[in-house]
Amino acid sequence: MANPVKSLKAQKHELGETEFQLKVLNDTEKLGFEMPKFKSKLQAIDLYPLKPTGLEILQINVGKMCNQVCAHCHVDAGPDRKEIMTKETMELCLDALKNHTFHTVDLTGGAPEMNPNFRWFVEQIRAIDSEIKIIVRCNLTIILANPRFHDLPDFFKTHKVEVVSSLPAYTEARTDAQRGNGVFRDSIKALQMLNAVGYGQVGSGLELNLVYNPSGAFLPSGQAGLELNFKRKLKADFGIEFNQLFAITNIPISRYLDYLIVSDNYGAYMEKLLNAYNPGAAEHVMCRNTLSIGWDGFVFDCDFNQMLDLKVACGAKHLRDFDREELENRSIIVNQHCFGCTAGAGSSCGGEVAQATA
Amino acid sequence: MKTYYNPEDLKKFGNIGEFGQELADKFFSYYNEVFKAGALTEREKSLIALAVAHAVQCPYCIDAYTSDTLEKGCAEDELMEAVHVASAIRGGASLVHGVQMMNKTKELLM
Repeated sequence: MANPVKSLKAQKHELGETEFQLKVLNDTEKLGFEMPKFKSKLQAIDLYPLKPTGLEILQINVGKMCNQVCAHCHVDAGPDRKEIMTKETMELCLDALKNHTFHTVDLTGGAPEMNPNFRWFVEQIRAIDSEIKIIVRCNLTIILANPRFHDLPDFFKTHKVEVVSSLPAYTEARTDAQRGNGVFRDSIKALQMLNAVGYGQVGSGLELNLVYNPSGAFLPSGQAGLELNFKRKLKADFGIEFNQLFAITNIPISRYLDYLIVSDNYGAYMEKLLNAYNPGAAEHVMCRNTLSIGWDGFVFDCDFNQMLDLKVACGAKHLRDFDREELENRSIIVNQHCFGCTAGAGSSCGGEVAQATA
Repeated sequence: MKTYYNPEDLKKFGNIGEFGQELADKFFSYYNEVFKAGALTEREKSLIALAVAHAVQCPYCIDAYTSDTLEKGCAEDELMEAVHVASAIRGGASLVHGVQMMNKTKELLM
C-alpha cells in the first residue's frame, strides 16, 4: 500500500472524524460477523467497569505535527497537522507533575521534538525531579530532518531521557512501506548517532528501546523472539545496539483502520483480535496506570481514546481541573478498539503486558 | 460443494474432532508441542512449516504459515527462501530418481 502524503484530516476523509471511526468499529454489517462488545468480555471476568490501579505514567502528546506520514499512524499525524501544545498547557502538565506522584513522563506526538518548546519542557520536567523517568517517542528521522535537530542525541543524554523509537522491520522495504520512502536509511543513521553518544550501550544508563509493530494486517507474536532477531540483524548489518524491543499491536483506528478497510482486511483483522483475546492481558492494560494528555490539555484514559476524542468519564476532563482522587476513581472508557490491547500477550506503549494464552 | 478448497474452512480445523474427538485431541496436543520452542526457535519451526506446506501443497497451511511467519517477524526474502528450499527438495527428489532410470537403462542397453 502506498504511503499517504496527507493526513486523513487534510484529505477531509470521513475516517478523519472520530465519530465516524466509532461508528465503523461498532458496525456489525461492515465486519461480516457478530463481534461481541469489548465491555461484555470485561463483564465476564468481573473487570467492568474498568478501574485504574493508580496514576503512575503521564503520557503527554505535545502536538500532532510530524515530519513523517506513516501509513498506520493512529494519531493521523503529519506535516500538515498544526495542533501543538502551548507553553501555558505545558505549565499545567508541570503542575500535575509537581503535585502528584507520577514516576514516568512519556512524551509523544507527532514528532514531539517539532514542538518549539519541547526542549524547555524537558528541562523543566528534569528540574522538578532528577529521578523521574522521561521517555521521548522519537521517530528517529527527525534527528536528520534539519540541522537544528542534529544535536538531539546529546540533548537527550544531558537530560537522561529514555529514547523509544519505532522501527517496524530490520529491512528497508518493509520499513519504508509503513513509514515512508527513505525512512529506513535515516532511521539507521539516527540509531548510529544515538549509539555514538552512548545510547543502547551496556553500562551507559542511556536506554534506547525500539518499537516493533506489524507492517500489515497481522499481529505481533513473541516479543522476546522478535527482539533476539532484531538485535542479531541490526548488529550484523549496521553495528547497531539497543536495549529492548517492545512488540505492539496496531490498534484499528485512524489511518490503520483506513488501511484495513481499503485492503479488505478489516473483518479478518477484527476476528483475529477477537480470537486472540486474552483476559490476562485485559487485567494489565496500560490505561489502568496511565493518564494521556492531549495537545490542548484535555485528559484521556489512553492515547487511543485521545485520538477517538473519548475524554475521561469524570469531572477532571482538563488539566485545569486536575483532581487525583476523582481520576483514580473514574471508570475507564472502553470500546471495540480495546480488543487491540488485549490480543495475545497484550499490547501497551511498553510492549507486551501478559503471557499469551495457547 | 462448488470448490474443493474454501479459505473459510481453515477456521473449522479445530472442529475436526466432531467426528472423532479422542484422536483429534491427541493430534492437537502433539501439534502444539511440536511448535513450541525447543532446540529450534518457534520462528525457525514456522519457516520449516511454511516450506513443508508448499511441498505438500496444502493451501490451508500456506495461508496459516504465511501469517504465522510474518507474525514472528520474518521478512519476505526469508519466506521465499523457505519456498525455494521446498522446491529444491521436490525437484531434487524427482531428479535423484533419475539415477534409477540411468541404472535401469544401463541394464537394458547393450
